[in-house]
Amino acid sequence: MIDRKLAPDFKAIENIKLIKPEHTRLDNGCNVYCFNSGDQELVRIEWIFSNLRFNADKPLLNMAVNTMLTEGTSTLTAAQIADQIDFYGAFLQVDYGYENSQVTLYSLNKHLHHTLPVIMDILTGSVFPEKELETFKRNQQQKLQVSLQKNDIVARRDFNKAIYGNTIYGLGASFDNYKSLDRNDMLAHFKQMYQPSNCSLVIAGKIEPETLTLIKDTFDKGWTNGDTLADTTQPELQAAKELFYLTEKPDALQSAIRIGLPVINRNHPDFQSLQVLNTVLGGYFGSRLMANIREDKGYTYGIGSGLSSFKQGGAFFIATEVGADVCKSALTEIEKEINLLKTELIPDDELSLVRNYMLGSLLGSLENVFSHADKFKSIYFAGLDYDYYDRYASTVKNVTAEKLLELANTYFNFDQFYKVIVGKY
Amino acid sequence: MVKFNKFTLDNGLRVIVHEDNTTPMAVLNILYDVGARDENPEQTGFAHLFEHLMFGGSVNIPSYDEPLQRVGGENNAFTSNDITNYYITLPSANIETAFWLESDRMLSLAFSEKSLEVQRNVVIEEFKQRYLNQPYGDVWLKLRPLVYKQHSYRWATIGKTIKHIEDARIEDVKAFFKKHYNPQNAIMVVGGNVTLEQVKQLSEKWFAPIPAGEKYHRNLPQEPEQHEERRETVTAKVPLNDVYIAFQMGARLDDDYYVVELLSDVLSRGNSSRLYRSLVQDRQIFSEVHAYITSSLDKGMFVLEGKPLENVSIEQAEAALWEELEKVKNEEIPADELTKVQNKTESTMVFSEMSLLDKAMNLASFELLGDANMLNHETAKYLEVTTGQIKDVANKIFRKDNSSTLVYLAEKTEAALA
Repeated sequence: MIDRKLAPDFKAIENIKLIKPEHTRLDNGCNVYCFNSGDQELVRIEWIFSNLRFNADKPLLNMAVNTMLTEGTSTLTAAQIADQIDFYGAFLQVDYGYENSQVTLYSLNKHLHHTLPVIMDILTGSVFPEKELETFKRNQQQKLQVSLQKNDIVARRDFNKAIYGNTIYGLGASFDNYKSLDRNDMLAHFKQMYQPSNCSLVIAGKIEPETLTLIKDTFDKGWTNGDTLADTTQPELQAAKELFYLTEKPDALQSAIRIGLPVINRNHPDFQSLQVLNTVLGGYFGSRLMANIREDKGYTYGIGSGLSSFKQGGAFFIATEVGADVCKSALTEIEKEINLLKTELIPDDELSLVRNYMLGSLLGSLENVFSHADKFKSIYFAGLDYDYYDRYASTVKNVTAEKLLELANTYFNFDQFYKVIVGKY
Repeated sequence: MVKFNKFTLDNGLRVIVHEDNTTPMAVLNILYDVGARDENPEQTGFAHLFEHLMFGGSVNIPSYDEPLQRVGGENNAFTSNDITNYYITLPSANIETAFWLESDRMLSLAFSEKSLEVQRNVVIEEFKQRYLNQPYGDVWLKLRPLVYKQHSYRWATIGKTIKHIEDARIEDVKAFFKKHYNPQNAIMVVGGNVTLEQVKQLSEKWFAPIPAGEKYHRNLPQEPEQHEERRETVTAKVPLNDVYIAFQMGARLDDDYYVVELLSDVLSRGNSSRLYRSLVQDRQIFSEVHAYITSSLDKGMFVLEGKPLENVSIEQAEAALWEELEKVKNEEIPADELTKVQNKTESTMVFSEMSLLDKAMNLASFELLGDANMLNHETAKYLEVTTGQIKDVANKIFRKDNSSTLVYLAEKTEAALA
């Protein structure tokens, strides 16, 4: 008979191996990073551009220009772009982020000679046609109407505005922002931002020599820089003075809560230890917040905490949606959990669980060659090198409970938290 | 091509092994052949509530999550109208922990009153968060009973009402477990950096001692063919009008399933699709429009959904959708258009092989349909579809007297006008 009460032996997680890229630089200044691995005859190619400096008077330009890259060029209509990509079974995505915006192509290798020219056309000849721009403005405003009815989204907008101020990170787009988008501004923005010297090309998948030649031929020779360099600096973050924000919704069944404050970013030596502390508090299913507020009290379907890291700074936040009648109780319980981290050492048993969980998560996040490329992007755009991951693994394994208590006292002062409630309070 | 081996334990548990040594991880996926369709009409939402209770401790192991996290693993689960699926990913060196945990909860749960009480509350909050406190969140609570009159698909997995969840008792939980959670009603897939021999040995050790239990014989009233147009209009606190048109379609194993799926792709997959191009871009009727199928094991739904622009009436919006449907009914689509959606499906299958968890879940789903190896023949079935077949199924499905239309009318509030 087996003893089912006894857990099987387990092994510590060692030797997490990351695939590092091959780097080449094209004559036009575009940096190319290749991750060659995998059995499937396919690649993911990302053209990543740093956003231009935030302009508070025209706050949506980075987003609108990126989102509308698929809407037409001087030689292809939006419909032709979509047809060409879809016909060859490829996937074309544009993604806008706070710091970078990108174009991503997923394609079978055998169709790259049909799909790459479309990307080249987009990156060099997008024209943001007037009709498509009007459609974009109108549809975005309709979507905004729906978003503004969602408490969690409103809470996130209010929170970001409070802690990041009038910057690209704090922006919550308004109807007027969409209405005032101007095609000429977009063309000028496009020209300055989408040039090879502001582009990092990240290729992951099965990269045959001819694949690479094809990519280089397409994106070196015909793609030249403009006259002005892209200005990719960003204004300083400016947190608001007011800490408390309540949006009352009399009919709400649940209240969205989002609380937290500005903290250090990835480049600070304490960041990785703070990630461990965050995981203990609210970074995994078994976290203290989940154990207390969901699993013990049943106030919510889910609660979590997280750290955001940007070039300019970072933030710590806790987010949840709780029954409208238990909003205050939930906040009281959150405060208790924060204070506990500041006054009592995390028990060995719990800390060792979190260490193993985080290492397992890191290992599990390396599912395929795309994930290795993603790991690279996290450090590359933060200006860090691969030592970062060695330090991460070593911090997770070795950080002491005393250090975490000290960090909780340094960074988690509940009275200084920004607190956003949407619903009932 | 996803290679695998298969064996069955004496107690009826089917085990599929997919060796993939390109990863240091392993996946253990267990599909239980029970979903919301198997619920008593007076106790809906039970399969999903039960899924939550599966994490409340088993007969020998007080906490499910804690020991798994301790060995670097993660897990989750989902319930649909057809199935309940549980999965673990963890470093493959620690795969035995997954066997230990999953076999103990298949053996028996702890059936704790405290766990039931808390999970009732958690699920009630989930009900509010996802279905009641969101604009349009209650659409499936309204659309399902419009499309289904006899079949148990007429309620959503969350259940008909919060009351059914509040009323759940521990005796019901025990009875549900006994009826559905045994080796005969389960399919296990183990994938990743494991070997067939290792999985055989661990399965024998941990799962073979579990009693076979009773086989559940499903005998659900099937939905009769629809022969009348159905319609419901609700006025709600939503920012925009919204229209849904749902049609009854065939079951997952029907021959024309692949044809119907490609038809939905022709209408709505990507920016080159018909509805997007015609109704969003060219004619500017909708701000967004979608078409999709539910892929249900019994008779499914083909759903069209769109939010009309504010200067467009519901009647105009519906008429525009029907015009597009009439086009695919009256004329064969061009061969290139079919090739396009077939190519997309083919590359999607190749891309899905990049994910170990996707492969494991797919193998389990196809085994439930009858044979895991169907996964490797899927692409060929899509490639066999002809433009004539697309036209035929469009005529079969897109009939007024096979339609159920649900309209949300926005009740204008000050917030919505801001």
